Amino acid sequence: MRAIRRRDGGVPLPLLVPAVLGTAFLVLPLVGLVVRAPWSGIAPQLARPEVGSALRLSLLSATAATAASLLLGVPIAWVLARSRIRGRSVLRALVTVPLVLPPVVGGVALFLVLGRQGILGRPLFEQLGVTIPFTTAAVVIAETFVAMPFLVISVEGALRAADARFEDAAATLGADRWTTFRRVTLPLVAPGVAAGAVLCWARALGEFGATITFAGNFPGTTQTMPLAVYLALQRDPEAAIVLSLVLLAVSLGTLLLLRDRWLGRSTAG
Amino acid sequence: MRRLLALISLLTVAGCAGPATGGTGTVPRSSDDGLTGTVTVFAAASLTDVFTTLGAQLERDNPQLTVQFNFAGSSALAAQLVQGAPADVFASANPQQMAVVTEAGLAAAEPAVFAGNVLEIAVPAGNPAGVTGLADFADPDLTLALCAADVPCGAAASAVFADAGITPRPDTEEEDVKAALTKVQLGEVDAALVYATDVRAAGADVEGIPFPQAEREVNEYPICALAAAPAPAGARAFVDLVTSDAGRSALVAAGFRAP
Repeated sequence: MRAIRRRDGGVPLPLLVPAVLGTAFLVLPLVGLVVRAPWSGIAPQLARPEVGSALRLSLLSATAATAASLLLGVPIAWVLARSRIRGRSVLRALVTVPLVLPPVVGGVALFLVLGRQGILGRPLFEQLGVTIPFTTAAVVIAETFVAMPFLVISVEGALRAADARFEDAAATLGADRWTTFRRVTLPLVAPGVAAGAVLCWARALGEFGATITFAGNFPGTTQTMPLAVYLALQRDPEAAIVLSLVLLAVSLGTLLLLRDRWLGRSTAG
Repeated sequence: MRRLLALISLLTVAGCAGPATGGTGTVPRSSDDGLTGTVTVFAAASLTDVFTTLGAQLERDNPQLTVQFNFAGSSALAAQLVQGAPADVFASANPQQMAVVTEAGLAAAEPAVFAGNVLEIAVPAGNPAGVTGLADFADPDLTLALCAADVPCGAAASAVFADAGITPRPDTEEEDVKAALTKVQLGEVDAALVYATDVRAAGADVEGIPFPQAEREVNEYPICALAAAPAPAGARAFVDLVTSDAGRSALVAAGFRAP
């Protein structure tokens, strides 16, 4: 009986105290936003048309960036965790560069490659008349650049933790590596992929520096919520608080919903 | 390559507004009546080059003194000051953001206008899109950058366009004037509306096109020492230097108008 109770509720004191402190540290700024929010004036702020368009653009572009990250990032994670090609540690360092790069510098780097004068962007512009900067596509590209490493790291961790013997068994039964990946590996690491996708989506939703640098800021086309918050802060700090709360509420709501859906109540707790 | 180097130097200046020189302990000459300590100056991003020069001059005159800068958009600086950021001097790119600080009761004295700035059209070197004047900002085929209306250069631009009866069609509304200039330096926009001083500071990568309507929207730059200044004497010395004849000629050399 005692053993069961300890497993249920007991948290050792040396873990409990820092856990409580850490939670307070993470949650108190959020409390500050809620306390300082001008609740009486919140409705007219929300009714402004650019709020709706910024929120819609944020959700769309973050979702598109997550899709692109899944498509490109899961294969990178597999190569890092399972393949035996040389230079994997160099590859890992390279794909995690966006994690340490200040996002504004990331935005400038994207210009140097995909801008009108960029290495790839210049021929695109001169041959096809296509320009990428200052478009919604540029928002998705900037967000993918910054957020994909989060997915790669998560999925690589899940792959390393997964039992490779299932894959060996599949191979023994005649499955080729692609079939094994699809039918065995991917279902095995699905929770890790889901967690990585959520992390990636959240990072993309909050992306500011690379987006405002590479995609610019124009309402309806490239102005996402973080950009709207930053510019509102220049003019009307209360409006900025309201916009921040909207972004927070939507992202928290989405994450909670997805967590229940994807990971199941048992693991979500 | 030169363009890239200029850009990197721009980012470096924008990113690390730390003290321009090392500590004061290594100074060989002792001066009993010179100023000591550290003066922290919050200044509008457009003042970066000329204030860095003036700060170095004040440090040369007072070997025990360190002048450090926080260069950013005036509204961001005003918000930081209102939130209690420790600083000795505030120099704003417009009277509105100075008013934010004075109305919060943070100024030590009445702010003094020390310079003026006018807008200019900035185009990449060689003017590849053939921009000739303000009317080109209504051309939907050009890629154009303006400052967002919430920041001073954007407010000035709105006034200029209203004055000229032109409806601009920008592709991006930048968060500050240096961000708009960066896009011109990279050749990613055909034209941007920035301050004459920014064009001057950008060097050979950027060409400026003055336009007559700009003269009606001279942007005034006020400066004041702050009431809570940790180094009040140093703060006064810096304000005095900026408003002196030497300060004025440095400002005019950088493209500012005398007040």
